[in-house]
Amino acid sequence: MYRVVIPGDFISDAVDRAGEGTYVEDGKVYAIRYGVVDEKEEIKVVPFVGKYIPTKGDVVIGKIIEISFPYWIVDIASPYEARLHMSEMPGENRIEFGNMHTYLDIGDLIVAKVINIDPMMRIDLRLMEDFQPGGAGRLIEIPHTKVPRIIGRKGSMIKMLKEKSKCFIFVAKNGRIWLKGSKEEMDIASEVILMIANEAHTSGLTDRVAHLLDSYSYSSNRMARK
Amino acid sequence: MKEEGVELIREGKRLDGRGFDELRPIKIEVGVLKRADGSCYFELGDNKVIAAVYGPREMHPRHAQDAKMAVLKYRYNMAPFSVEDRKRPGPDRRSVEISKISREALEPVILKEYYPKTEIDVYVEILQSDAGTRTAGINAASVALADAGIPMRDLVSSVAVGKIDGEVVLDLNAVEDNNGEADMPIAMIVRRNIITALQMDGRMTREEFEKGLKLAMNACRQIYELQRTALIERYSEL
Repeated sequence: MYRVVIPGDFISDAVDRAGEGTYVEDGKVYAIRYGVVDEKEEIKVVPFVGKYIPTKGDVVIGKIIEISFPYWIVDIASPYEARLHMSEMPGENRIEFGNMHTYLDIGDLIVAKVINIDPMMRIDLRLMEDFQPGGAGRLIEIPHTKVPRIIGRKGSMIKMLKEKSKCFIFVAKNGRIWLKGSKEEMDIASEVILMIANEAHTSGLTDRVAHLLDSYSYSSNRMARK
Repeated sequence: MKEEGVELIREGKRLDGRGFDELRPIKIEVGVLKRADGSCYFELGDNKVIAAVYGPREMHPRHAQDAKMAVLKYRYNMAPFSVEDRKRPGPDRRSVEISKISREALEPVILKEYYPKTEIDVYVEILQSDAGTRTAGINAASVALADAGIPMRDLVSSVAVGKIDGEVVLDLNAVEDNNGEADMPIAMIVRRNIITALQMDGRMTREEFEKGLKLAMNACRQIYELQRTALIERYSEL
């Protein structure tokens, strides 16, 4: 069973195991966030919600919101904007002041990796070259705190989702999810993902998701037979 | 100003039947606004307030950013229909003051260093007012901040005490406030016994002040438990 805590709740005396979402005062570990306690390795509080703060190495889905030579300014569903330098764009063609928009224009979506964050919270991105949405598919957004639940233990949940919905699914660290498939497949996948996000704090979720996915494939088989 | 012939205490009870150390009924609902990052609806007797939290988000104007921490903004606003005579909409001297002291009541618990260069917005709307709205607003805002996933050391709880007909009583309503001798709202961090806001309007002796403070601090404990229960229950329904 999950233990829900609010900020300031006492969690444990094991100060040396205090991890993310906790703070130590007078030899005791307290919660710093509203969420669920996870004591598997270190003592952590996994928050229910919260803004995405990038860390180095994260793969995110971003949206170009501004072109400011020599950078593209990218919205990554975070309080901080990220930037993609012109030199990150592959190809021999020289990018010049006036033609940056011919490579990536405002509103375009990209898959990128966070390569650096400085103390001023300037975030540098690198394009994941072989892996770009390019206008195909659908984008859905969930709170980034639910991403581990979508992926599941050792990727079990996402594997099941991919198999049963027959959809291409790419989950980025910032809670944006890229789907590619037929309209029906994407409808099913997005519905199931939103359900997981809504019920992320409950137990027995994997079984319920499996049931839901099976009921969809059952009804779609029947439709096909008609 | 005491109107002639207003009797606030009769046979050891107050006009609404409460004892001297009794709070008005409290109702707390968490996450009432879908589009806010965190929200809370709070009722204290006939006070009805709603708090919405947005952020941390990008701070504008840019020059007001703090390179080391987030900036907390708090807006206390009374709806024109929240009082008997229509209130002229918009900020006024009183609401600017309340916004400031409420913000300062909450600031000590918020870990602003987690989000440099951002802002956290708290909007408190008073939908119906019956004295003690600033305390209701702080209680609501504190729950809404937790609901928004803002890192905090503790919750803040708040209540007012006052003096009516020569007696120190807890949580004045509008009639008592208008005809009483003193009103003293406080806000505190319950678990650590730290007072983060204290105002006083009217006169009390030192003994009355201390008695009132004790009363208020005990009431904050009760409110804290209600705030906590409301937050915990939100995610234990299923």
